[in-house]
Amino acid sequence: MQYDIEALIHTMAEQLQTRLVAAGISSPALVGIRTGGVWVAERLRAHLGLAEPLGELNIAFYRDDFSRIGIHPTVEPSVLPFDVDGRDLILVDDILYTGRTVRAAMNEIFDYGRPRSIQLVVLFDRSGRELPIEAQVVGAHLSLQPGEHAKLTGPSSLSLEIHRARA
Amino acid sequence: MSAADIQLDDQGRLRHFIAIEGLPRALLTQILDNAERFAPVGDRTVKKVPLLRGRTVANLFFEPSTRTRTTFDLAAKRLSADVLNLNIEASSTKKGESLADTLRNLEAMQCDMFVVRHQVSGAAHFIAQQVAPYISVINGGDGRHEHPTQGMLDAFTIRRHKQDFTRLKIAIVGDVAHSRVARSNIQALKILGVPDLRVVGPKTLIPPAIDAMGVTVYDDLDEGIRDCDVVITLRLQQERMQSALLPSAHEYFREYGLTADRMRLAAPDAIVMHPGPINRGVEIDSAVADGAQSVILQQVTYGIAVRMAVMAMILGSQAQAGAA
Repeated sequence: MQYDIEALIHTMAEQLQTRLVAAGISSPALVGIRTGGVWVAERLRAHLGLAEPLGELNIAFYRDDFSRIGIHPTVEPSVLPFDVDGRDLILVDDILYTGRTVRAAMNEIFDYGRPRSIQLVVLFDRSGRELPIEAQVVGAHLSLQPGEHAKLTGPSSLSLEIHRARA
Repeated sequence: MSAADIQLDDQGRLRHFIAIEGLPRALLTQILDNAERFAPVGDRTVKKVPLLRGRTVANLFFEPSTRTRTTFDLAAKRLSADVLNLNIEASSTKKGESLADTLRNLEAMQCDMFVVRHQVSGAAHFIAQQVAPYISVINGGDGRHEHPTQGMLDAFTIRRHKQDFTRLKIAIVGDVAHSRVARSNIQALKILGVPDLRVVGPKTLIPPAIDAMGVTVYDDLDEGIRDCDVVITLRLQQERMQSALLPSAHEYFREYGLTADRMRLAAPDAIVMHPGPINRGVEIDSAVADGAQSVILQQVTYGIAVRMAVMAMILGSQAQAGAA
């Protein structure tokens, strides 16, 4: 199935705006999870017209699989260019699957400070949760066959790639 | 003595870190890139990531050290590991316990990593061969051999300021003969592709066959640092003077002390480095050590990030090997 990702993000921005107004949140800060989450968060930021720079998280140091696969070979460090204490944060990722990445991201955020609230926004939600984590705003729900993997490619033009894991 | 054979596992991952000699450029670059990722952790309020939670690192210092031991200590703690600091000179060996027995006891305490500082060249390599297979060893300085994390933190400092190693002129000034820092620096900078690497000092303090390592020898300081992008000064150890290799500290400073006047011969944007602790007025003038070109204190800060990178990479390869 083909998705119009820019249209999905536009709808997500509208839903998010409605939620923020309802919750009385006037100056939220966006935090994207590298790499795909950052691409989505950049677009949401433009839609919402937020002046604050984007936070970018690389959760490599907070993953729960270090004792199985060691250090991840990604290079870009985390950057949170604003004070997290007391802030309403919007955490953005491309695909919500097991929930482990979001768990790691929240642990990392709390090492920068104590946010007032965190909302989770994801472009795609696929089933297979292993932790009690749900998104407040979802672009689309993916139904994948066992053994299929989804990956967002970008950054200039976003598209979803679905492929079967090599046996 | 080559340590390369034991410090990489069969997948080419870092298993121990004993010496820079013989390591591939890609691995050194990986250490520097990982250190870049760890560096921002030190700027946060919570200067800690949970990567090595539950691991135990034992600092085994058979020789006194402040900077190296405390930065290894901080690096391990910022990775959430638990740290044992053992000043072995002052404890077991005085009671007659053999090195092998000390190691067996630390193994029995279920440590994951030893950081070893020893006055004998080859000590870390020897210990890496002796320890149980689930323990990794980092060399925190062995005799006149190597001090590989210092070599890497110096390379990191240079890369932060000068980016491209393959365009640099670098001078290492002072007591090269007795310096493990100089040896690790030379190894690292040659592997990383520095085209013009010089050692500068009196003939009595320059090892005779050093040009085989790909460096140019100068016994004149002015010639040696001319147009250099980086000047690394080495600590002159007082005992060298007692052993008659040098006439006096005063005379050494006159010939080889780095002063502001002399620094004008180097490139205008040159940086000055020193592994510490500095002897003001012996190998370096205070005006230079505290001046705008000095990056000596940055070296200390970067040392933490580099040691975090090496510890995380080694314990990560251990984990992967265990999971395979």
